[in-house]
Amino acid sequence: MRWAFEIMRRDLRLALRQGVDSLMAVVFFVLAVVLFPLGVGPEANILARIAAGVIWVAALLASMLSLERLFQTDYDDGSLELLALSPVALELVVLAKVVAHWLTTGVPLIVAAPVLAVLLDMDAQGFVVLIVALALGTPTMSLIGSVGAALILGARRGGVLLSLLVLPLFIPVLIFGVAAVDAAIGGFAARPHLMILSGLLIGAVALCPWASAASLRQSLE
Amino acid sequence: MSSSSGALFTGHDLACIRGERLVFAGLDFSIGAGDAVLLVGANGSGKSSLLRLMAGLLRPAGGAVRWGGGSIAIDPEAHNARLHYVGHLDPVKAALTVAENLAFWAGLGNGSGVVTEALETFDSASLADVPGRFLSAGQKRRANLARLAASVASLWLLDEPTTALDARATSCLMEAIARHRVDGGMVAISTHVELALDGARRLDLDTFARQPNPVERAS
Repeated sequence: MRWAFEIMRRDLRLALRQGVDSLMAVVFFVLAVVLFPLGVGPEANILARIAAGVIWVAALLASMLSLERLFQTDYDDGSLELLALSPVALELVVLAKVVAHWLTTGVPLIVAAPVLAVLLDMDAQGFVVLIVALALGTPTMSLIGSVGAALILGARRGGVLLSLLVLPLFIPVLIFGVAAVDAAIGGFAARPHLMILSGLLIGAVALCPWASAASLRQSLE
Repeated sequence: MSSSSGALFTGHDLACIRGERLVFAGLDFSIGAGDAVLLVGANGSGKSSLLRLMAGLLRPAGGAVRWGGGSIAIDPEAHNARLHYVGHLDPVKAALTVAENLAFWAGLGNGSGVVTEALETFDSASLADVPGRFLSAGQKRRANLARLAASVASLWLLDEPTTALDARATSCLMEAIARHRVDGGMVAISTHVELALDGARRLDLDTFARQPNPVERAS
């Protein structure tokens, strides 16, 4: 368990020193959302209507950006071989790396989201639910994404392949994430949607590390 | 340093298939405490593959690798805890200093955190605070090899460890291997150059090679 923690600490330290990756994701997120008022036009009621969907789709795409590098850099310099040969189960290694990835790319998205919601004139009633839904949804996306990131190791043009593999799997998160915010704005209960998002997260925690580890072992053979 | 007294680490009738091609078959090896085995053979004869089989990174297409009688596939984590593997790549992160890189890997394998001491073994103590991105190929290799000294493991699997090393670092490595063997450790090294190792056995992989026949499979 301590080793898994060490791996997480190393990844966080690397992310902080290199900085660009996590910054890129959040800047992309902000830019993508800001493009909508420019494209759709400044009518507040239209923007408020689509705000939740726009923020979620942009968050989805932004979290895709850095996924490609989740295992790739370790694969390229041989670290992954040694991690697979460390006395920690590979599943725990995956989980540690995913947590570090989420802390450096998912959390900044959650922090930026309310600001963008204000920009799109989203109803203030939806703010808390938006944050909670993103807090449940972004780790799920990191977990599902880790399976894709492990599968594309060694492939050329892996980034494009990764989006094709993973984006369809993000759809449930998108649907219930947007539904939760819309429900809160419309005065309905957001709880059922948030429960389903929690369920997706729990399912992803239970399944994805195993799938990723299996595919990492395959790529190391 | 008797060569085969109480062989702990053994392989029986191993076969390896890479990309539909049978690399070697019917290979046996046994390594006991204090043994060193030199893997020699032409390019593509399967030296690296055999080391990866020994490490458990590859599964054999036939046969089994055993530690003290039990297959290593039964408890891979326990096997990982007793080996050091040095492959072709040097996992030294560009953004971390040599000491940080080493401390991380040492922490992963019951290390005692003796980072500077380990670097001194390979004559690289002055590199401790240098970020990985400024290292030359040989310095990277030394930083990687320092893992051997930084944490204790009884089995060393070294895949052409002297690549990019200068004469001085090579002799440091040979001394480290000699000390490891005196302490009862085991070493398997693949190499193309002659290494000064007393009483090392040679395992010539060319003798286990098969005709490159894509249809042939291990039975």
